Amino acid sequence: MTAASPLRVGVVVFPGINTDGDTHHALETFPGVTAEYLWHKDTDLKGVDGIVIPGGFSYGDYLRCGAIARFSPIMQSITDFAADGGLVMGICNGFQILIEAGLLPGGLIRNTGLKFVCRYVNLRVETAATPFTSQCAEGDVLRIVVKHNEGNYTVDPATFEKLKADDQIVVRYVNAAGERAEGANPNGALDDIAGVCNETRNVFGMMPHPENSVEAELAGGADGRRFFGSMIDALRGAEVTA
Amino acid sequence: MNVRVYVVPKQGILDPQGAAVERSLPNLGFEGVSGVRIGKIIDLTVDGAGSEEAARAQVDEMCRKLLSNPIIEDYTFEITEG
Repeated sequence: MTAASPLRVGVVVFPGINTDGDTHHALETFPGVTAEYLWHKDTDLKGVDGIVIPGGFSYGDYLRCGAIARFSPIMQSITDFAADGGLVMGICNGFQILIEAGLLPGGLIRNTGLKFVCRYVNLRVETAATPFTSQCAEGDVLRIVVKHNEGNYTVDPATFEKLKADDQIVVRYVNAAGERAEGANPNGALDDIAGVCNETRNVFGMMPHPENSVEAELAGGADGRRFFGSMIDALRGAEVTA
Repeated sequence: MNVRVYVVPKQGILDPQGAAVERSLPNLGFEGVSGVRIGKIIDLTVDGAGSEEAARAQVDEMCRKLLSNPIIEDYTFEITEG
């Protein structure tokens, strides 16, 4: 396919999700990309090329964040889509949903500070060898917002070792100089982990919100474009390098 | 049958709420308190399971699939005739 060939990316809508509009808009700032809302009660993925699960508070965060959304009809279709190698990105609550669905390892618990955090963070790209970070270089520092109450990533020791060995830790919280430092991690996440991918690297979740940093003139930065841009490149068939 | 399910953070998993409560207790003069963990209790009634053994199996499956996240939480439950 050529660089601007038409592409359709699904944006999943659950009751209580509130960044579906932002995510839809962010995707459509890329030439040739059409975003399609996918309703949680549907099972039809409308033939989309890739899927983004946006952030918010699906089902009021009842029981545990993402726990109820996981059982919606659309999630079974998304699980099959991912099993067939389809690209799925989860942002914030979307990350929580992917974890509850068992598509990503670990758990997201209450922030260490017990407060909802809403601020810019610096993210260091730990691997460019994913379809979601191929437009980055390892070590790049990106400035993006977080806004969450349960973003404290945790995982059992055996899985943690496996994540490191298999290069599945995709982004970490760092300071502006790109170093891991006191105060850089907004939520107490284990090993400063902000985002991880699955073993086959086609499912990716992160707490920060790239969809709120796609237009420099509005947001003071456009670092979020790199995640969507990488995904779009991958959907258009570009080789994932590194 | 009446069922009471207890869900608590797994040992070794940080419990930020428990830690905050633990830090607050000495301020009230309660010294020497440790191991504070905050979980939740879920009460439910199971009808039509047939036997207590069948109800037990059902509740165990509920706990694994929805009521707890086994990666970060442990669960126990008790069943009483209702």
